[in-house]
Amino acid sequence: MKKVLIANRGEIARRIVSTCRHMGIATVAVYSDVDSGAAHVMESDEAYPLGGALARDSYLRVDRLMEAAARSGADAVHPGYGFLSENAEFAEAVTATGLTWIGPSPATIRTMGDKQRARETAMAAGVPVVPGSRRFEPDDLDGLEQAAAEVGFPLLVKAAAGGGGIGMQRIDQERKLRDVVTAVQSAAVKSFGNGAVYLERLIPRARHVEVQVFGLGNGTALHMGERDCSVQRRFQKVIEETPAPGLPEGVRQKMISAALSLSSASRYAGAGTVEFIVDASSFDFYFLEMNTRIQVEHPVTEMVTGIDLVRLQLELASGIPLSQHQKNIVARGASIECRLYAEKPAKMFMPSPGPLNRFRMPQASAHLRIDSGYREGDTISPYYDPMVAKIIVRGANREEARSRMIAALESVEVDGISTNRDFLIACISTEAFAKGDIYTGFVDDHKPQLLPRTVLAT
Amino acid sequence: MGTVDINSEMTGSVWKIVVETGQRLAQDDTIMIMESMKMEIPVLAPEDGIVTEIAVAEGDPVTEGMLVARMSREA
Repeated sequence: MKKVLIANRGEIARRIVSTCRHMGIATVAVYSDVDSGAAHVMESDEAYPLGGALARDSYLRVDRLMEAAARSGADAVHPGYGFLSENAEFAEAVTATGLTWIGPSPATIRTMGDKQRARETAMAAGVPVVPGSRRFEPDDLDGLEQAAAEVGFPLLVKAAAGGGGIGMQRIDQERKLRDVVTAVQSAAVKSFGNGAVYLERLIPRARHVEVQVFGLGNGTALHMGERDCSVQRRFQKVIEETPAPGLPEGVRQKMISAALSLSSASRYAGAGTVEFIVDASSFDFYFLEMNTRIQVEHPVTEMVTGIDLVRLQLELASGIPLSQHQKNIVARGASIECRLYAEKPAKMFMPSPGPLNRFRMPQASAHLRIDSGYREGDTISPYYDPMVAKIIVRGANREEARSRMIAALESVEVDGISTNRDFLIACISTEAFAKGDIYTGFVDDHKPQLLPRTVLAT
Repeated sequence: MGTVDINSEMTGSVWKIVVETGQRLAQDDTIMIMESMKMEIPVLAPEDGIVTEIAVAEGDPVTEGMLVARMSREA
């Protein structure tokens, strides 16, 4: 592998460039019209334009990416995260032209990308899944009560075609079952053109814990421990950390075993993340999904293990022996990552794109890592995700990491856009966070402490 | 009868317009859905009224504070 095309932008493109450079691999950047002067373009060895600012006109254009790969003579493609990273057709297009796809096989991407098939694969590998029912079409409610009793109350009615919280209703008792199911079905017809719904057990106080795996493609896999990503807003992660605070060691080991058996069963190749929902009181855990790519929050794992996950991806893809073995992978200390977003937390986390007139981040050190796609003077455009930077700290223990994170955030200076900096400081400073009492409802439940008192206009 | 200007609260683009001129709305009904930074954010009717003007088209870029629609208060 001599030259890698990075089919992405922003901080992850820069991060991949950095590892390629250390390994003596040349890099090819791609960019949309608004990104022509972006840091990832400047830092790569060559760069090719893709088209308009909208992702569908640029970073999602398989044809133009393949053209750039051909013109540059790249022999491999790294998709990063987001965009086409979990698109089986793109992975196929790359391999069909004889290039190396840095990621799992298209078949694996396809299986894990289909919720139902991923669930079946997990069940077959002996991994627990959230209790759920079959699909109910609008004219077919046969056995609904029985299915609900099997799933157990409280439960969620979910639109089969939905996502991100749309078309979801909670039911606490059986007498409301038929009415709510019918209502969700008709809403689903209107929103998605598909009225099918299913029932799923609701875990009232849930944590989101995931296991980083690295499959060797031969039925064996390494793991690099877990990450807790429970602190979320709008179903998006805001703060991630490792180890997961308060997770009993026995539970942790079971989750790791489950993640490894799923990876082995699918002969997984490359970096992957097995996500679980964990009941915060009983610590029962259930498979949620498997992400077949590098994750945004991978740096917390790198901070405690000293592993470069992108390097492992490149090594595996180019067929050279891996520089890591399970017995040498040891996590030391604790690490926390905060996502600095361009948004207004007090206005329901509304996006706040604009110019970075001032952008000063704390100095990186052995304990502090900053991953950002931007420099002072750049513009955060409304076309892509709102992440301005990732701030990652490490400490000998969680408390040390937590105080280092507060200090790091306090020295962040951004002007020109609104950010969630103060919101992050408030989250990390709560007594609940300090105690490790985190769950997916954390932000909602602590709102008065996390958001400044503001008078909302009209 | 008064006119109510509805301005965009953020920079982004118009993803979907869900009402038509002349349509009667109740407070908090969705007028249009904006898209910015991979998020879809609805623009809601600030009060009851009738849509008198849609000032943007789907796909148009909008900036913070820009007029996107007008409503009239019912007599």
